[in-house]
Amino acid sequence: MANIKEMAAHSQIDPRFGSGHSLCRGCGIPSIVRTVLSSIPGPVAVINATSCLEVATTRYPFTAWKIPWMHVAFENSAAVASGVEAAYHALKARGELSEPMTLVVFAGDGGTYDIGLQALSGALERGHRFIYVCYDNEAYMNTGIQRSSATPFGASTTTSPAGRAAMGKPEPRKNIVEIVAAHRIPYVAQAAMSHWQDLSNKVQRAYHAEGPAFLNVLSACPPGWGHEPRDAVRVVRLAVDSGYWPLVEVIEGHWRLSYRPSERVPVMQWLTLQGRFRHLFQPDQEEALEKIQTIIDDEWERMTQRDAQSASWFASEQARRWEVLPTLPDSWEPRLGEPMWEHFRKTPNPA
Amino acid sequence: MTPRLPFHTPGVDLHHLRVITGAQGVAHAMRQIDPDVFPVYPITPQTPIIQTLSQFVADGLCHTHVLDVESEHSAMSAAVGAALAGARTMTATASQGLALMVEVIYLAASLRAPVVIAVGNRALSGPINIHGDHSDAMLARDSGAIQIFAETAEEAYDFTIIGTKLAEHKRILLPVMVGLDGFTITHSAEPVALLPDSAVKDFVGPYAYPSPLLGNQAGTYGPFSMPDSYFDLKYQEIEAVEAALEVFELVAEEFFRLSGRRYQAVEAYRLEDAEAALVMMGSHSGTAKEVVDKMRDQGTRVGLVEIRLYRPFPRHAIEQALAQVPRVAVLDKASSPGTLPPLFLDVAASVANTSKLVSVIYGLGGRDVPMAGLQDILEGVLADRFPPREPGYLFGNKVWHKEGKSWPI
Ligand SMILES: Cc1ncc(C[n+]2csc(CCOP(=O)(O)OP(=O)(O)O)c2C)c(N)n1
Ligand code: SF4
Ligand SMILES: [Mg+2]
Repeated sequence: MANIKEMAAHSQIDPRFGSGHSLCRGCGIPSIVRTVLSSIPGPVAVINATSCLEVATTRYPFTAWKIPWMHVAFENSAAVASGVEAAYHALKARGELSEPMTLVVFAGDGGTYDIGLQALSGALERGHRFIYVCYDNEAYMNTGIQRSSATPFGASTTTSPAGRAAMGKPEPRKNIVEIVAAHRIPYVAQAAMSHWQDLSNKVQRAYHAEGPAFLNVLSACPPGWGHEPRDAVRVVRLAVDSGYWPLVEVIEGHWRLSYRPSERVPVMQWLTLQGRFRHLFQPDQEEALEKIQTIIDDEWERMTQRDAQSASWFASEQARRWEVLPTLPDSWEPRLGEPMWEHFRKTPNPA
Repeated sequence: MTPRLPFHTPGVDLHHLRVITGAQGVAHAMRQIDPDVFPVYPITPQTPIIQTLSQFVADGLCHTHVLDVESEHSAMSAAVGAALAGARTMTATASQGLALMVEVIYLAASLRAPVVIAVGNRALSGPINIHGDHSDAMLARDSGAIQIFAETAEEAYDFTIIGTKLAEHKRILLPVMVGLDGFTITHSAEPVALLPDSAVKDFVGPYAYPSPLLGNQAGTYGPFSMPDSYFDLKYQEIEAVEAALEVFELVAEEFFRLSGRRYQAVEAYRLEDAEAALVMMGSHSGTAKEVVDKMRDQGTRVGLVEIRLYRPFPRHAIEQALAQVPRVAVLDKASSPGTLPPLFLDVAASVANTSKLVSVIYGLGGRDVPMAGLQDILEGVLADRFPPREPGYLFGNKVWHKEGKSWPI
């Protein structure tokens, strides 16, 4: 397990994701990216789907990335990663790469739950070894807060707006963790930006997995969710503590809760902080509020049952090897990245 | 009439002469080149390419990682990832599969990923049809990918080898599409003179991508570009595509020294003193050569311009080839409803006097292209029978023009 000092030291000696990006104040993405990258020992390459992260960190000719990073399109990051992984094995077989390398994919909920689902499913079935991190801010934020299949029931977005005749998104969110777990990959987890230690542990277990690993990480978006930037961590923590966002792991098909709030707080506390749910506090919206509480209670019930069913497996010898987490080395070779790819020459001046 | 056999070239080792289909020829070229990664998804008429190569791999004849992905979109995406990561990468597709790839082909060109794409050219749906025409290739016309069209199985084999060297040339670094007409080339067996494995390996050399993603300390591939840089970056891509006019010639010359088979971007066939000529590309150029020979034997002065390099379009070579020809029919195996078809427009942009050009659309969805039909086109052009700026349609042995008539013919 990496503690915060180790992670901070790691990110200083080996800065992988730098400052100077243009993600919003209070955005959950950079802290997730830093926690993920500074929990992985050894060289890392990143594949990024089109999203806020990609757009806000690579405005040509600047980049926030100090490691190999590639973006191709919105819906294909798992497929691009498949190709990079295949290339990695080819280069390794020819002796052109000596060091092992970890491949990390970052994609938003839109690029994962919706348009990228097919490519993700294909890559998981083929068993490519990479850590796929979906940072889930529950809508298409980059294009202006349109609903995705990760948007929760009742949330107002620009394409599921609340109005006199509508109460926000009428459908509940898709459960991507179950969908991914159904691929029987070695490691699947759900985490949240508020619980960085839990996230870091999960990244280290994902690193350990001999096959695809998937993390779904709740990421605050102040403009999209309608809260103060300074409340970002608080809002996400309430999502976890209310049971809306259970922190779970699925290891070799066995489910467990990696964190259990001592007492679940009423979901109202989480809802009231966010403008996207404001309309639900108008008179005669009790039904919708009750429905939200019911969705969450049912889900929490299902998770606790699964957790109980897996208890004996987690006590077994087989589970123990997942506790052996790689530690970050004490010293790192500093890397000074080339800012941009050399092919991007300047256009000759015709004059 | 002298028979034109593809293996009648000096310097060819007849031991390597095989009777194989174009698809098998492409697969043999791939086996010899031995790419690292081959991400693919099946579609007729490309399937014999990927099946043959998969069998070669299963038999231990090459080391390629055949990556059976879940769609052509993912095939092209994985190809871009692998090529930029530092591995030699090829793929193959056709029709709807190419349509699904197109988004990523643009990206491959922009990211400068030298992926060779064998395309078993096939009609686009709808209605769904598995037979050969060039409408799929036209989808990628403006993508920045280089496109070469083969006339025979031999050329499909040769262009896969030439295409690899062209794609990876340091001035190019672009995807190269090698077009072989669905069924007429992919599935028709012809004599093909294979080069020795070692000669092909030496010809293409090792894959040496400048500054690959893997093995690099850092690098940002595929950044976000605003109006202050997009145009400049696009200009560099355009410049690289244009450079392929010259580099194609260099690579083709080198290939000639190896194989005895000489290829030009534009082939002028019996154009000397021609009163009329056809301009076309792909397998039916072979039929057209027979027609030209036959009409010449009967004393009619006709010729053919066969285009092998379609992107970049060899504008000056076309202008030169057609300079002395008074009447020209440009044959498109694709349409652009509402205007004149793409090859016609390209040719029209290349010649000084466009009034000598007429347009004929032929062979859509694999419609038969009889010799009599091609002869009718040449005779119609010679007799000034065709209206300007209106495409004719070769539905059978005769060219049909609307001219007030209504369907059916
Ligand atoms: C094929 C395609 N369709 C649509 C878009 C437009 N688009 C770019 S980013 C984006 C939303 C991304 O949403 P998500 O994956 O949740 O990431 P976020 O913006 O929330 O970070 C959309 C719709 C695109 N780039 N490509
Ligand atoms: S819009 Fe939301 S997700 Fe995008 S950068 Fe801003 S806070 Fe982050
Ligand atoms: Mg999102």
